[in-house]
Amino acid sequence: MNRLKVKLRLYLPLIKSLQTALLITTGLAGYMSARCPVTTIPTMLGLGASLLLSISGSTILNMWYDRDIDAKMARTTKRPLPAGLIEPREALLVGLVLSALGVGIALVMDVLYGAIIFSGLFIDVVIYTIWLKRKTAWSIIWGGISGGMPILAGRALGLGSIDWIGIALTFAILFWIPTHILTFSIRYRKDYQAAGVPTFPSTYGDKTTQAIIALSSVLAAITIGLAAYGIGTEWGFLRLMAVLSGGLFTLAIASVIKPSETVNFGLFKYASLYMLSAMILLMF
Amino acid sequence: MKKISVLDRILLLITGLLASYQIVDGIADAGNFAIAAYTVAFGVLLVAGLLIIILGFDILDSPLVVIVSTIIPLSLSLGLIAEYLPKWRTAYLIFAILGFLLIVFTRYKAKGALAIIPVATVHGVSGMVIFLLPIIYSIQGKTPCEFAWVGIGGALIGVGGLLLTFLKSGKPILSKDTILTVLPMLLLLMALAFVIGFAA
Repeated sequence: MNRLKVKLRLYLPLIKSLQTALLITTGLAGYMSARCPVTTIPTMLGLGASLLLSISGSTILNMWYDRDIDAKMARTTKRPLPAGLIEPREALLVGLVLSALGVGIALVMDVLYGAIIFSGLFIDVVIYTIWLKRKTAWSIIWGGISGGMPILAGRALGLGSIDWIGIALTFAILFWIPTHILTFSIRYRKDYQAAGVPTFPSTYGDKTTQAIIALSSVLAAITIGLAAYGIGTEWGFLRLMAVLSGGLFTLAIASVIKPSETVNFGLFKYASLYMLSAMILLMF
Repeated sequence: MKKISVLDRILLLITGLLASYQIVDGIADAGNFAIAAYTVAFGVLLVAGLLIIILGFDILDSPLVVIVSTIIPLSLSLGLIAEYLPKWRTAYLIFAILGFLLIVFTRYKAKGALAIIPVATVHGVSGMVIFLLPIIYSIQGKTPCEFAWVGIGGALIGVGGLLLTFLKSGKPILSKDTILTVLPMLLLLMALAFVIGFAA
């Protein structure tokens, strides 16, 4: 029992619990945007389980593949794999099993839903992490697309098809991802340089990167607003979303006009909070 | 500078949730113009609270604080005027716009009394509207008694606004640490009073 507890404690950082929770929330929001009020509890549980397993699995596979560059970066060097606390073969096996289980459950629930979940996993692990991450700074676009798959999958599960709202929601996540990744790449520039990972700040400079962060934040807010309008979100919730978007616009503009570590990190944190709030609002 | 504590963050989060409720549901019965004005007021309160939670009290060092802390009483009083004294709506809107622009201008171009007078005038007038209008209307029976809570919220916002304004102008009424200690609770009580008052 104790060994199991120790193992679980080691694997928890491997699945990036906060990021995984946020992505699961987007999937649930996508589903609930199509099927509210939700009366299908078994489907909701299946959705949550398949997303948890497949997202956790893909994150472990990414950690397994990136263990060499994680060992070179101060921020990630203490992660269980580079620190030698977990055997790489074991992590690979766990990652593959979780991914297969997640995709398997998703396929049993609905073929289209399962196919989108599998696409997200494939894009994240194979295209983003294995193929492009070490070659080009533009790899983050694929990271963003894979991040948008849970919400698209959730909505497709609710509707039985893909509609423009699902695609707009996917774009909203795609536009939100740079705020997250690019802020990290500015903050931990030396780490990424030491690991030889090309980033926007190292390739195009800070000013361009900050402008891209600001622009993508604004685009994320616009697309999520459009999607919310299309869903038929109540007027009061739209007002609240507009207010939160106003805060995001203000920080985005401030980060370009008067960039600083505080403003950039504030935008990064606010954008995460914004996305979580927007997802909750889409559920109503 | 006082570091933001977990309790401060919790108080500000509850304030944000109350402001969110107010935006979504609490003002739904008002006219469109009043809804827009109330949304700006509670929206600024919500976003400002979130930014303090994220960035800590250091954000209050920004020169924008005086301007932002003016938007809340100005737009709230504008909403009240539009809803209860519609004949005065245009005149008050002009006052609000001119007052706001004057504050923005004097923040960057004027010093001393010249910078304080517009802030004190705008805060004073808007604070009086938020404080007196609901109380007078409640006493006269034009609105339910509980609407007077909006006036109490107005008094609290007036206290908060004055504390911040004098702090920013370099002549604090209380020490900076004391102001930052009471500010989250003050904002929470203010939001609570508005929610109770507007629900009446």
